[in-house]
Amino acid sequence: MNKFFAIVLSVLSIAVLTPRALAVEPSEMLKDPKLEARARAISKNLRCLVCQNESIDESNADLARDLRVLLRERLKAGDTDKQAVDYLVSRYGEYVLLKPRLSPHTYILWFGPFLVLLIGGFGVYYARRRAAASKAAAKVEAALSEDERKRLDELLKS
Amino acid sequence: MIVELGHFALVLAFAVAVYQTIVPLYGAMRGDQQLMNEAPAAAIAQFVLVAAAFGALVWAYLQSDFSVLNVWANSHTAKPLLYKITGVWSNHEGSMLLWVSILSLFGMAVAVFSGNLPLSLKARVLGVQGSISVGFLLYIITVSNPFERIPLDQVPMQGRGFNPILQDPALAFHPPLLYTGYVGFSVAFSFAIAALMEGKVDAAWARWVRPWTLAAWTFLTLGIALGSWWAYYELGWGGWWFWDPVENASLMPWLAGAALLHSAIVVEKRNTLKIWTILLAIIAFSLSLIGTFLVRSGVLSSVHAFAVDPGRGVFILMILLFFIGGSFVLYAARAGTLKTGGLFAPISREGALVVNNLLMSASAAAVFIGTLFPLAYEAITGGGKITVGAPYFNFTFGILMIPLLLLIPVGPMLSWKRADLFAALQRLTAAAGIAIVSAIAVAAIAYGHPVMAALGIALGVWIIAGALEELAIRIKLFRAPLSTSLRRLWKLPGQALGMTLAHLGMGLVVLGIIASSTWKEEVITSVRPGEVIRAGGYEVKYLDERREQGPDYIAEQARFQVSRDGRPIAVVTSEKRSFIPRGMPTTEVGLLHFLKGDLYVAIGDRDKKGRVVRVYFHPFIYLMWLGALFMAFGGFVSLLDRRFRVGVAARARGNAAAQPAE
Repeated sequence: MNKFFAIVLSVLSIAVLTPRALAVEPSEMLKDPKLEARARAISKNLRCLVCQNESIDESNADLARDLRVLLRERLKAGDTDKQAVDYLVSRYGEYVLLKPRLSPHTYILWFGPFLVLLIGGFGVYYARRRAAASKAAAKVEAALSEDERKRLDELLKS
Repeated sequence: MIVELGHFALVLAFAVAVYQTIVPLYGAMRGDQQLMNEAPAAAIAQFVLVAAAFGALVWAYLQSDFSVLNVWANSHTAKPLLYKITGVWSNHEGSMLLWVSILSLFGMAVAVFSGNLPLSLKARVLGVQGSISVGFLLYIITVSNPFERIPLDQVPMQGRGFNPILQDPALAFHPPLLYTGYVGFSVAFSFAIAALMEGKVDAAWARWVRPWTLAAWTFLTLGIALGSWWAYYELGWGGWWFWDPVENASLMPWLAGAALLHSAIVVEKRNTLKIWTILLAIIAFSLSLIGTFLVRSGVLSSVHAFAVDPGRGVFILMILLFFIGGSFVLYAARAGTLKTGGLFAPISREGALVVNNLLMSASAAAVFIGTLFPLAYEAITGGGKITVGAPYFNFTFGILMIPLLLLIPVGPMLSWKRADLFAALQRLTAAAGIAIVSAIAVAAIAYGHPVMAALGIALGVWIIAGALEELAIRIKLFRAPLSTSLRRLWKLPGQALGMTLAHLGMGLVVLGIIASSTWKEEVITSVRPGEVIRAGGYEVKYLDERREQGPDYIAEQARFQVSRDGRPIAVVTSEKRSFIPRGMPTTEVGLLHFLKGDLYVAIGDRDKKGRVVRVYFHPFIYLMWLGALFMAFGGFVSLLDRRFRVGVAARARGNAAAQPAE
């Protein structure tokens, strides 16, 4: 469905379209299945820089292919997962990460939804207290009939 | 000529919409019955005119009238009839016209079906509805005209055709369903604004709003499901949700709408939570508008590009600011005047629905923040780029969804006002037992990620079993003679049955997602004819391939023999199409459905070792779409509830609390 609108945009020549047809090619894959599995897992979290929010694992853009090959080269050279990712971040910036790192400039992103939950919770709490208070007040008033109130007023005056 | 008439009808519709906005709202302010009575006729006239304009554009597409810029840019004579029609809304201008057409259709529906609405409320609702039309009709007429002509001496012989990937039955109906959902929330919005103007919200109000919200939500559910089903079989690797901003744009109103449905129940039954429900109605439609803005303004590709060519984007942004800003100002000014209703203990049906609302709102917020964060970041840092992708959404959305899903079976077991949590859980013993047993069974036999799979499957089973147990209690299954139970089932109010179906559907969705994501099998390899690929316990043998000529494409078609333990089951074909007008390739995957899941065969390019083939096995993935169908069906069943129609409004107005608690 995203494709649908991506295309609509491309028709309007607002966005450059990169067809999302097929991704990882057999020729790129590493012989060692363990290493290949690691490469697949990492590449699901890396962004194809020229696509719209697609991972390099899904995209068949040339750049995505280059990144896949580069990532596999690093893994083959003996990098740990973290080293390989750090290497790509140093080359392409944090933009390459589909999952932004937790740092002060992403606090809003990571904590925002939970903050909304918290604020909502407090809102409910206060609304309840206010409602309970006004209800209680109303009850006290309603407990006295008109005659009773008159008598009460007289008693208080005297 | 017809095209010009369409254009003219659109301008007239704008004039009528202005009339529909000003006259009834002014009349309601002055208490002038005559002016208020103008509203329904104006709403109907507006629909007729917009429909005429839409019809004119469809006509231009059917005639392949390439002197119309929009037709030339998006159609082609070789296109099959269905796709000539769907070409109308496969582009910006046409889809905005569809948007307004559906908007005015809803306006007319309110005018026709709301005979028992108090006059002033009806006038205000239609007036607000008309004002939305004013904004969008003005937008279409000034900057997004679908009827623009190409100068007569330059009219091309052939159109450019539309993107081949859209030439698909699912996508033909996806936009109208989605828009019906989006735009349907405008009615809830109009009711909310009208209520703020009136300064009155009661059970009757909720009863009038709920069917419209239900209808919108139901269509949105279908639209989203259809879109993801299309992505699943068309994009060639079996992904069905990408957390793409455009998908998120439809998910946000869906979440807000679901929350609104639930909170409106509380207003209807208990006459409380009114201020919050009004806010949700405003938020649901605001998110629809924001979604339209995100998709339609081009702001997504980059803030920079948006700033360079702001014409349309800024126009939509102004509409957005006016309606969202205006409604929030009105809300801030008037919400305090609405009287709060009945009190309830934290552990009660109302309490559960409040928790439901908090979690749904927070998860909508997660989607909202994640979608807009990169835009905000780029704008604030002056060009700084950051990506927020699927891993973020899966994490935050997932964390918020788990407690919500866990609570689904509990909520309906709680009584109104004050409930006994222990007693409610006791009534769910059977469901809990079944869930635990299934968790143990899955953990014992599963491979891959057994713990996650076991917990996920148990969650889905818990929701389904909980929904069924609630139904069983309601119809006194096993406690009364079967005939009594069946009679009770037959007499069950549509709303109750609708809830059971929708909750059941949610459980199926969970099962589908968990099963297909934890046990997916994938083989990507190159094969020559005669070679066999194994996946999901099936053997897929590559037979041969040939070239196939379609109406407007050429296809490379590969055939595969699927068998199990040597026994042949079926032959599937998988295609790569190349479309003539634009030369763009698409994939048509070979898909076999089994009870155990889907076998999915897609072909890629040729390489040195033969044809690249991707074979996937997606276990039980169909449960997801089946679940979505259940949810939508639940919505329809609920809509059929007679209490929405028969003169209940008058009764509800009098004694909301005396209604039987469902």
